[in-house]
Amino acid sequence: MVTKESILSWLDEVCDPEIPVLSLADLGVLRGVECLNDEWQITITPTYSGCPAMKTMEDDILLKLKEHGVVAKVHLVLSPAWTTDWLSESGRVKLKEFGIAPPENEVDKSVLFAAPTVVPCPRCNSRETKMVSQFGSTACKAHYQCLICSEPFDYFKCLK
Amino acid sequence: MKNESLYNYVLRLGDDSLILGQRLGEWCGHGPILEEDIAMTNISLDLIGQAMSLLDYAGELDGQGKDHDALAFLRFENEYRNALLLEQPNGDFANTMMRQFLFDAFRKPLYEKLLDSTDKQIAAIAEKSLKETRYHLKHTSEWVIRLGDGTDESHQRAQTALDLLWRYTDELFFETTDDVSLVASGIVPSMNEIKTQWSKTVLSVLEEATLVIPTNNWQFEGGRKGIHSEHLGFLLADLQYMQRAYPNMKW
Repeated sequence: MVTKESILSWLDEVCDPEIPVLSLADLGVLRGVECLNDEWQITITPTYSGCPAMKTMEDDILLKLKEHGVVAKVHLVLSPAWTTDWLSESGRVKLKEFGIAPPENEVDKSVLFAAPTVVPCPRCNSRETKMVSQFGSTACKAHYQCLICSEPFDYFKCLK
Repeated sequence: MKNESLYNYVLRLGDDSLILGQRLGEWCGHGPILEEDIAMTNISLDLIGQAMSLLDYAGELDGQGKDHDALAFLRFENEYRNALLLEQPNGDFANTMMRQFLFDAFRKPLYEKLLDSTDKQIAAIAEKSLKETRYHLKHTSEWVIRLGDGTDESHQRAQTALDLLWRYTDELFFETTDDVSLVASGIVPSMNEIKTQWSKTVLSVLEEATLVIPTNNWQFEGGRKGIHSEHLGFLLADLQYMQRAYPNMKW
């Protein structure tokens, strides 16, 4: 028999297509699993409005459940809006191991020309890094560089 | 149609995002530096994402089964309701940043007010979009100041951009008689409130940028009624080409 727990464990294998070390649950994108009238309803929320990975995530969820003979529907909800607070602890560790600095618990200040958030280098842990650009390789990341080991790296922006 | 006045309002928001997103996308591969190339296309992506949510909701209000793709790709020029400001050509980098700044300074307070909308879907879209818009406004404010208070050449380019674009700013605050009823039912804020906040942001940033608001206050309008400048047609030709040439094609 298919239970919510079995669905959740199968969905643990569905990862963000751009950050393949994070499952959708780690990322906080997976918001709910429910059975309504014999049909499983999976609820997800986008990280950013235009995140092009959302469609792939939806397809991957359906494909994964199909492998287990489950027919489901995926719903996209916008509110409550996704925040990096929903990133799991294990997700933060996996991000760092993957070379992406996890969000520091501080939103980039809206004050003009404010000093950017100090983000430790995911390679050498030095705190002497500089923000190269607030906008990085994907909408959810900013671009940093370590001043000690010279490593350019992505920072998963804090969003609240 | 379920709610025509709300449909028109949401369509305006969606078209603003769509058309500006498309314009910014033109910078892809042409930015003055790599970081700005990426920043402008990131902002473009956010705007197109917001347009998808807004146009999907407009389609729902319309009740004829149209989704965001149908609304984005299959309307004629005079059916678009974006403000004229947003369809203006990119020009140089200063011009693009100035246009974006004037718009972001309008969008941020608008989304802040729409958070309290009695319409749940509008409030949800605003909640999502506001987080993105804050980043945009910070970025463009800093560039306007950097360029205006920069070298002689960057100052002159930023001032030229302001002189050129100022005439399109009043239209952002366009309000119809139908909107007044939406305001009364707490669905949308009054544009007067938004304009007060916009003026405050714009004046303080322009002052710091040592830029001067043009004394000639002649203002254009028309986009909100579907009367556009010639630039929109060319933009739409680019935007719609694939769906017009190969109807219903999918990537």
